[in-house]
Formats: sequence, C-alpha cells, structure tokens
Amino acid sequence: MTPPPATPPEATREDRHAAGLDGARRLLATVGFYTFCSLVLAFFTVPLLWLASAPFDDTPSITASLPSFTLANFETLLDNRYAMRSLGNSAVLALGTGALVVVCAALAAYALSRVRLPGRDALLYALLLLSSIVTGTAAMVPLFNLAFELDLIDSQLGVILVLSGGLLPSAVFILKDFMDGTPRSYEESAQVFGASPLQVLRHVVVPLVRPGLATIAVWAVAQVWGNFLIPFLLLRSPEKSPAAVVMYTFYTEGGQPDLALISTFSLLYSVPVVLMFLLVSSRYGFRFHGGIKR
Amino acid sequence: MATSPPEPGGRRAGAGPRERDAAGLGRLGATAFVVPALLLIAAFLVFPALWTVYLGATDYRLTGLAAVDPQVVGLENVERALDDDGFTHSLGLTLQFVLGSAVIGQAGLGFALAWVLRDRRGLGRRLIEAMVLLAWILPSSVIAFLWIALLDRDDGTLNALLSTPGTAWLLEHPMLSLIVFNIWRGTAFSMMLYAAALGNVPPSQLETARLAGASSWQQLRDVVFPRIRGHVLTNLLLISLWTFNDFTPFLLTGGGPEDRTEIMPVFIYETALFGGELGFGAALSVLMLLINLVIAVVYARLLRRRKDRDR
Repeated sequence: MTPPPATPPEATREDRHAAGLDGARRLLATVGFYTFCSLVLAFFTVPLLWLASAPFDDTPSITASLPSFTLANFETLLDNRYAMRSLGNSAVLALGTGALVVVCAALAAYALSRVRLPGRDALLYALLLLSSIVTGTAAMVPLFNLAFELDLIDSQLGVILVLSGGLLPSAVFILKDFMDGTPRSYEESAQVFGASPLQVLRHVVVPLVRPGLATIAVWAVAQVWGNFLIPFLLLRSPEKSPAAVVMYTFYTEGGQPDLALISTFSLLYSVPVVLMFLLVSSRYGFRFHGGIKR
Repeated sequence: MATSPPEPGGRRAGAGPRERDAAGLGRLGATAFVVPALLLIAAFLVFPALWTVYLGATDYRLTGLAAVDPQVVGLENVERALDDDGFTHSLGLTLQFVLGSAVIGQAGLGFALAWVLRDRRGLGRRLIEAMVLLAWILPSSVIAFLWIALLDRDDGTLNALLSTPGTAWLLEHPMLSLIVFNIWRGTAFSMMLYAAALGNVPPSQLETARLAGASSWQQLRDVVFPRIRGHVLTNLLLISLWTFNDFTPFLLTGGGPEDRTEIMPVFIYETALFGGELGFGAALSVLMLLINLVIAVVYARLLRRRKDRDR
C-alpha cells in the first residue's frame, strides 16, 4: 500500500498529528482487510466442511465436526446398488454428450472458419443468442413434450440429444475462434497430396486445435455431470438416472436420510468435477473464458 | 467470398489470409460439415422454443380430453397468467431473488473481493479464490444438501455457530436463505470477471489519483469505474440471466414452505409437469423466454457497441 510519508525533521506539530492520523487510518484499513478476508473465507468454507468431515466420520451427523476417522462409510456406498450405478449413468450421459458436442462442433466450426457460407456471422450470433435464451428451465415444457412425442422419455439418448442441442452453439462459437487462429499452410499441403477434407480435418487441424477441443470437451462433460433438471424431467426409472437425480432422491425420500451414504456419495460425485477443473486450469490456464459456464 | 475452387491450394484472388478454403471443402462440403450441428440445434433448441409459443396458445393438458385434442385458445393463457395471483407472486419472488442474490449480492461481493485482493499474491488470496471457486463448480445436488445440512433446525452447523438452537432457517426465512445461498454459489464468476477487468486499469492512473489525495472511494468512482463500466454491465446481465433461469432453489426448498420460494422456474415446473397443465405452463414459459430475450438482446447490443468502439 502507500509507503509511509517521510516526516521531515522540521515537521510541525500539525504534520506529526496528521502523520499519526494517517497511521491510525492505515492500521484500521489493515484490520478491516483481515476481518473482511476472514469473514469471507469463513462464509465460503463453513458450508463445505461437512463434505470434508462426514464421509470419514464413524457416526456421521448433520453437524460438521472433527471425525473419528473411518472408511467404513464407503462400504455402505459400494453396497448401494443405485449409487454406484448412477455414477456410471452420469459418466455415460456426460461422455456421450461430450463426444457428440465435440465432433459436431469441430466439423461445423471448421467449415464456418474456412468457407464463408451466406449469412454465416448472423447465423452464429443468432444461435448463440438463442442458446442463452432457450434454457432448460424456460423450455422445460416443450422439451418434455418433444421427448414424449419422439418416444425419448426415460431414454438416456434423449437426455444426450437435448443437452447437446443446448451446448452446441457456444461450442461452435468458441471452437471457430480457435480454428480462425490456426495457420492454413499445412492444410493446403495436405490437400496437394490428395487428402480429403475429412482427412485434413482429422490429421492436420485436430492436432493443432487440441487445446480448444479439450476445453470444449471438459466444459461439456462438467455441464452434463452437474445437470439436474433435464435428466430429472426426462428419465423415469432409477436404474437409468444419473448421480444428480439419485442424490436428490437420497435426501428427499421420506424417512431418516442415510448420512453415511449421502456424504460418501457426495464426495465421490464431486471429485471428478474438481479434477477436471484443476486439469483445465493447470493445462490451459483457465483464468477467464467469458461465459464458459452456462 | 465465393466458393473456392477445389483445385490444390484453393487460393483465389481476393481471398484474405483469414478466410481461405485451405482444405478445399467448397460450399457443398462446408454445408455437409455444418449440417449435423445445425440439425441438433434446430431439433432441440429452436423447435422447442417455437413450440412453446404454439403450446402457450392451446389448452393442452397431460391427461384428459384436452390431451387428445388440444384447442387453440389464443392469448387466453397469457392473459390468465398475467391475472393469476400465483404468477404475480412468483414474479415478485423471482425479482427479489435476482436482485438480492445476483445484482446486489454476487456482483457486490465479487467486486469487493476482486478489489481487495487486487495486489495480493500469496497463500491467502489463493485460499480464498479456491474456496469461492469450489462453491461454484461443485454439482448443485451436492451443494443443495450441504446447505440443507448447514441450515438444519436441530443439528445444523449454522445454529451451532450462531448459538441459535432450533431456528429452522429454510422454514422461517426461506427467501433470505435462498438469496444467501445463491450469493455463496455464484460469486466466483463476478470475482473472476472483475479481477480480469481491474487488471486493465493502469496502475499509474490509480497512483496519480492517490498522490492527488483521492480517497479509496473517489479512486473507485472516478478512475476505476469509468474503465470497467462495460464489464460491470456484462456481468450484471449474465448473472441476472443465469439466476433467473436457475433451478437449484428447487433442490433446497421445492418451492415451499407453502409457496414462499416458488420462483418462476419452480412455478412452471409445479404448474406444467406436476399439475399437468401443459398449455398454461407453456404460456408461462413464453413469458419467461420473453424476459430472457430482453436481457440477451440488451447484452448483444452492448457487445456490438463495444466492438464498434474498439475498431
């Protein structure tokens, strides 16, 4: 902060008084700063404490407390048929959507980056605008109807298609930016040697934009992994439901909630998200990518 | 730019270096590449939006006669919605939720954090940032249960900390709880955006202002704010849009107690999918889409204006 003003030796009394006031103000600012930071840290940490303590507590309760350490709770988790299965379902939905979004978006972004189709820019902006307006929440009624008419109720494919449709505009938009920034000369030489456009894309362009593809893939997977609403609307049988929905049924279905199960399940369900986030931020320097989170 | 000929090089006079059909796709090939993505978007994004508008004009229901043969009732549903006490009640709650948790809470706390931590490097800053981000990235089902546990009447950590045993926060102060919850949940985005924005304010200008004897508040008002005005607007519009469309409160309160936390997304869910009144629910969705549209269009115009200025 401000360096202390050097009080000249011939300072008058007022000057010294002012310097004293200044010092007091600075002390107050420092105290205020640390108070604010501690309060904020407490505010953000306290709700999370339970997630760190309860899974390892031999008698987990609702209150966050220092656990008497045990791993027995994880056995409860492994014994629960729905719990482990739902994590598998989440993986199927997330990876399916991620793959579909990356492939479709890469194809579209490449074509839009290299060929000026009529109305391209307007189309891109319109789609981006649309994807932020037509959210799952605002469109839950027609999405439900559509799935019903297409016989996609209680089908994981339905969830994947609906989620992909929502994620694609942003994915195309971001990937096109990446593709615009890559040099064309390699593609031209590949073409001289008789490679088809699809081969050029696979063997020349994809390696160049791999960071962009990885970012989009991780982003899509993370979005789907945490999504509650769409699978909640479209899936009926618990065997097909992802972790987000099963977790919700664990604590809303009557009776005493099984805290050993809920805590270990929450932890296991959260870890992949944190890992993905760390991966992206360390690999590609996730500081700020505009509205990367919907 | 017209289609590049499929001959090697694909280079044509007039084709700028940024737009060269280097792979010899041609217009047909490009269209084929774009079609899968467009089909998915058309089917699962554009069509539902249009269908909402149509459904909103019918008396479509999940079961019964109207399910088999829905009749067009025009604007009746929308009028009914605007007259409906449930709707106005829900709209008021939504407004409280968006203003309180996003516009005031997340933006305010996010800016305060970015400002206070702006020249700090070290463990403290990293720790705070990590916890704020963690609150943002964890799955909402998990977060919802963590808060239910935190606010529990009998054994909740909050009651233990504040020594207020027996306070059922989610029953006694449901809206306040949700607002605080959502501030906690979403501050990370504003913090990161403002941290990036403050990085663009030249330190020399702040230094000059400080030497001229400007207080912190004056520095903020006269030096910082004019430079980050665009970011502030971007931030406010985006977080409003997201908070408006957030379904997570349903996981905490399910709209209750009574209907005291029935914000718009929950209201639509209860009416259309739980109550089976799809037509009326769709009319509500149309209104929600319209509000989204207004926010998004304002945002898009803002972006364009900034782009024009940068040119």
